[in-house]
Amino acid sequence: MSALLKISNLCKSFGGVTATDNVNLEVEPGELHAIIGPNGAGKTTLISQLSGALPPDSGKITFKGMDITNRPAHARARLGITRSFQITSLVMDMSVLDNVALAVQARQGHSFRFLKPARSIRALRDEALDMLGRVGLEARAEQPTVALSHGEHRQMEIAIALATGADLMLLDEPMAGLGPQESVAMIEFLKGLKGERTILLIEHDMDAVFALADRITVLVYGRIIATGNPDEIRGNDDVRHAYLGEE
Amino acid sequence: MKRTTWATILFMLALAILPPVFMWTGNAFYVDLATRLVILAIAAVSLNLILGFGGMVSFGHAAYIGIGAYAVGIPVYYETYGGADAIASYGGAFHILVAVGVSALFALLTGAICLRTKGVYFIMITMAFGQMIYYLFISIEEYGADDGLVIDTRSELPLVSLDDPLQLYAIAYVALVIAMLMVRTIVNSRFGMVLQGARGNNERLVTLGYNTYLYRLTAYVISGAMCGFAGALLGNFTTFISPDMMGWSRSGELMFMVILGGSATMLGPVLGSAVFILMEEILSSITIYWHLPFGLMLMGVVLFARGGLMGLIKGKGDK
Ligand SMILES: Nc1ncnc2c1ncn2[C@@H]1O[C@H](COP(=O)(O)OP(=O)(O)OP(=O)(O)O)[C@@H](O)[C@H]1O
Ligand SMILES: [Mg+2]
Repeated sequence: MSALLKISNLCKSFGGVTATDNVNLEVEPGELHAIIGPNGAGKTTLISQLSGALPPDSGKITFKGMDITNRPAHARARLGITRSFQITSLVMDMSVLDNVALAVQARQGHSFRFLKPARSIRALRDEALDMLGRVGLEARAEQPTVALSHGEHRQMEIAIALATGADLMLLDEPMAGLGPQESVAMIEFLKGLKGERTILLIEHDMDAVFALADRITVLVYGRIIATGNPDEIRGNDDVRHAYLGEE
Repeated sequence: MKRTTWATILFMLALAILPPVFMWTGNAFYVDLATRLVILAIAAVSLNLILGFGGMVSFGHAAYIGIGAYAVGIPVYYETYGGADAIASYGGAFHILVAVGVSALFALLTGAICLRTKGVYFIMITMAFGQMIYYLFISIEEYGADDGLVIDTRSELPLVSLDDPLQLYAIAYVALVIAMLMVRTIVNSRFGMVLQGARGNNERLVTLGYNTYLYRLTAYVISGAMCGFAGALLGNFTTFISPDMMGWSRSGELMFMVILGGSATMLGPVLGSAVFILMEEILSSITIYWHLPFGLMLMGVVLFARGGLMGLIKGKGDK
């Protein structure tokens, strides 16, 4: 089976800081691949280069066999890559439902449609409500997004990522800032998603990572120091030394 | 029904009823005032599409008023004095076509560049393009340079005569209602949702797969074309067409109207135009420095009544 996403010799630096240091990585279809690493390791920077928000300095990104290195972010989204944000990024002055409906709408080709009122389109509404139902937010659908709690915003990010129908979901610390109970619920939810979507998951919570991941990649100072299944990573001396040893 | 909806209906009814009453009671001056109000309101409504709903703070919108007005003035000038047979015409349909078409083209060309920038840069570059066309017309001797063009024939339309003040008002009023309905339809459509989503969080919309640049550019062109139409009406109303119609201060006034009345609302720009016209009328008869109290009032509304006058009407609990 060929990889869904292939990253080759990717490099990125900000001034003197090397955030991505010759990264090579393959993500197989259907797997949940976790990336762990200390603060400032370059995890978010890597995701941003994959989503198209940041241009890499050099290297190549291949998705579904296509070279997407120079494609703009919106084009990558259309090919089936979506991301969630470490720092919540929603349209705060729109309703919860509108936020998700925009994601559903994005999947249905272009939106240069000027006549029919968007909110009256049943198919859009129903599917958006469906997605909100999956993360348990359907009761909040009509609320302004800004009125929701941080935990609910994190759930919205996931509902939106789902609603885009993307094959590859890049999730940047979906558990960030969640309370213990909310975290457990999120882990259960992501478990349920396994197999349905290919997921590249960035997470600090080690329990979550070892519970969820098929494979784990460890990033330190922008460089991959190990990739393997959870057992291999647990047993890896370098990883212990560089990262897990801190615990 | 929401309070703002009531306010919109009542205000638009008043605008439909009052001018004929003024006319029949011998107060023709107020019909002129109302005509100016309604025409500027169309321009403000068009600006609201990009400023209010699109978050694009354009400081060069008066350029389209000028383009629209000269689209009437230049063909009429040639038809009257000869020359340039290809564009010489008294025909209203031709004037409107040129006003809307050239405005759309100007919006497309300048918007394609302006929309590459953000924030203060966007404001400055839209203003620069506005000033560019302002100085262009100032430099054309043929059209009277900074003295402008005086036309003694208005656009000829079937069935109606723009020389009749009440008929001109009726046309402008209907155009305003159509403009408001158009903007309402657009902002509620799927296109409008993308436009408003990009105003709130552009990065999110791009991540969803929207090329927000193209959506914004489309709105920018629609807005410019609508404002060009308002310009054609204004040219017919004043029959005096000069570069002053498109200076940066006029662009600023349009922004005032939108923000004062309440951006991203249906009635806001119309209410803003009404207040602007009345204040201009009242204050300018008291002092030539009327911009100062007007500016202070605007600051007051912006600081203390977020959402402008429509924000006040909406009240606290109403959503
Ligand atoms: N836009 C930027 N400009 C300059 N430096 C940046 C920029 N973005 C990230 N960096 C730097 O690049 C390095 C990697 O940052 P990044 O945010 O990718 O780390 P991370 O692994 O996501 O960290 P965290 O776990 O804290 O989220 C850091 O040293 C950071 O300071
Ligand atoms: Mg990060």
